[in-house]
Amino acid sequence: MKKFLTAAVAMMMLAGCSNTPKPTPTPEPEQDYAAKSEGVMTFAEYDAAELDTKVTIEAYVLGHQSWWNDKVTVYAQDPDGAYFLYELPCSEEDAAKLVEGQKIKVTGYKSEWAGEVEITFDEGDMTALEIEEGNWIAEAVNADEFWGSPDLITMQNRKVYFTGVTVEDYTTDEDGATGAAFAYKNPTDKTDDLYVQLTKGDTTYEFCVEYYLCNEETDVYKAVEALNIGDVVDVEGFLYWYNGPNLHITAVGAAE
Amino acid sequence: MRRKIAAALLCLCLTALCGCHGSRGMSAFAIPEEFDETKTYELTFWAKNDTNKRQTAVYEKAIADFEELYPNIKVNMRLYTDYGRIYNDVITNISTGTTPDICITYPDHIATYMTGTNVVVPLDELFADEKYGLGGNELKYDGPRQDEIIPQFLDECAIGGTHYALPYMRSTEALYINRDYVEALGYEVPDVVTWDFMFDVAEAAMAKDEAGVFLINGQKIMIPVIYKSTDNMMIQMLRQKNAGYSDADGNIAIFNDTTRELLETVAVHAKSGAFSTFKISSYPANFLNAGQCIFAIDSTAGATWMGSKAPLADIPADQFVDFETVVRMVPQFDPEHPQMISQGPSVCIFNKPDSQRVLAAWLFAQYLLTNDVQIGYAETEGYVPVTSKARNTDTYQAYLEEAGTDGNLHYDIKIQASRILLDNVQYTFTTPVFNGSASLRDAAGQLIEKVTKSVRRKETIDDAYMEKLFADVTALYRLDQKQGGAAYTEDSLGPLPAASKALLAGLCGVWVLILGYLAWDYRRRSS
Repeated sequence: MKKFLTAAVAMMMLAGCSNTPKPTPTPEPEQDYAAKSEGVMTFAEYDAAELDTKVTIEAYVLGHQSWWNDKVTVYAQDPDGAYFLYELPCSEEDAAKLVEGQKIKVTGYKSEWAGEVEITFDEGDMTALEIEEGNWIAEAVNADEFWGSPDLITMQNRKVYFTGVTVEDYTTDEDGATGAAFAYKNPTDKTDDLYVQLTKGDTTYEFCVEYYLCNEETDVYKAVEALNIGDVVDVEGFLYWYNGPNLHITAVGAAE
Repeated sequence: MRRKIAAALLCLCLTALCGCHGSRGMSAFAIPEEFDETKTYELTFWAKNDTNKRQTAVYEKAIADFEELYPNIKVNMRLYTDYGRIYNDVITNISTGTTPDICITYPDHIATYMTGTNVVVPLDELFADEKYGLGGNELKYDGPRQDEIIPQFLDECAIGGTHYALPYMRSTEALYINRDYVEALGYEVPDVVTWDFMFDVAEAAMAKDEAGVFLINGQKIMIPVIYKSTDNMMIQMLRQKNAGYSDADGNIAIFNDTTRELLETVAVHAKSGAFSTFKISSYPANFLNAGQCIFAIDSTAGATWMGSKAPLADIPADQFVDFETVVRMVPQFDPEHPQMISQGPSVCIFNKPDSQRVLAAWLFAQYLLTNDVQIGYAETEGYVPVTSKARNTDTYQAYLEEAGTDGNLHYDIKIQASRILLDNVQYTFTTPVFNGSASLRDAAGQLIEKVTKSVRRKETIDDAYMEKLFADVTALYRLDQKQGGAAYTEDSLGPLPAASKALLAGLCGVWVLILGYLAWDYRRRSS
């Protein structure tokens, strides 16, 4: 499974989903990638920090959404945990440097929005991001054991994958069953997110292809569009949270 | 060598002239005598919906019906869910000459689009055109006359005395209240809620037991007041206080003592946890519906998400709690003289070299004001039609009368929200539009967001803080760089920027050198 997803991700990521070949995960670390510079929190310290406190972290880029208006939203991880950097003030030039594995140092405020623990920033604070020397690529972690469990939140923001989940009829309270395996947020010209509901056991989650991470040109977007109700798939992505788990899918394929 | 110098000077001169030529933009649009139906026109329409599939369906039906009437016009729609993205994309496309033909937008944004020459089509002559104007005799549909557009809404589309847009839909903000919780705290919901009342109830709701559970809802989460659009919050508070915001000439007046007092009030309730915002906490509807908020303030155009039986929802069904929702106008300082913002999408058309294509765009823009489109779209949310023609139809009146008869099309909270605006149009207002007014609006919201965040971050809110806040927000939104007034006539664009002055001076210098060289050369040859 890991091989499949690694290969799939390699084809699908665009700043996370680009079609360019992607480096394979870094082999067994020879150095301590969780080590922090002076004045930087470990993940445990970050995790323990109260909301609305100032935090400084170092991490490695997993992917990022499209740069816009001097901001970029970044998914990042270190060997101990993961971070969601919401609307990080950033020049377009620096955003181009945020390739997968790039080490960064970020100073902002620990925040929570609809259950998503994230780092937010003062508007226009162009000092929040420092691009550092270093490179480490996180390998996706199997999170099957947490499906349907409240403990899934311990995996929040990490690069994870789930195996053997079933594609549901995409149903909304408004419309009832639609007979479709997925739903466009904007069906007219596909310029927004793509939703899919996946079930394993008694639990169904709604995941999405986040448009600004993987747009309609990416293979993952097209792969979700090709899903059928009842398909059993493996799915990989960044474990975002929106009133519950809301994986930002970066790869999907038939279950192995 | 001299020849080279002369050629270089000429090149420089031509380059400079070319630069000037490029900046002049297109010629002003002139209405063609007749619409040419022998040619085909492919139009681009940038629209916005509220993540509501019914709105998309209304747009699609409008396009299909229009194309049936005008088979030579094809309308390609691009949908956005965010006005900010439309604004950004239009700005980008102005520079490349690839603007859409028709665009849903806000007048604040149009003011910025108009910094280019003849980019946005002024509409007054089109309004009055006998054949193709509002209610024109050559139209293939029954459009409204100008006097059938609600005057207040039409006025909102005028910049410097000229109309640059048509109103498309209008909404205001509403206060969605969990009445059960208010009454459980010993209060009665008044017809007009004041800010003081709301914050009194909110503070009363903050009582917890020893385990940190809120007594009012038995949960660990309770944010009694959540405001969706803090720019509107500040704008309405200032208006209700008759305090400064800006004038039509673009003079910024927001940094005043009343603003400080309002921010101090915000700080008090942010500190107790009784107040938060969408940007900081998430959608007010989600907290309201989960019994974690008592006063949710959001657009009437978000009404279908509000209430324990809301037809649209973002939270799992098991997180909903049952309560009675009531809808009121936004909180007031003076209930006898209420004031509330008028907002909602307008539609503008962009100039193109082919005036026939612009006329085709105008025909479609105007079609959006026909009854079926107006009523169809208004019924998707707590919007109201912008024409009396649509409002007075039996269809729309029946829709209003049937409030609560079902939980979807006639969802009572949605229709109550629409009535807030229908019944109070005389109390609505808009803010002055000028190049830079969109930034000022952002700054107004940023003041509240920043104070709320700072309190949560345990920063001290005092005079020094306010001074720095005002300075920071001024710099961030470039409010110290007045960008122009509301009157966009050719002769009232203000003094030339320094760069332009330098360019003109350079041009003069070039001509002096050329003429000097020619004179010297002539004298040399003569001698």
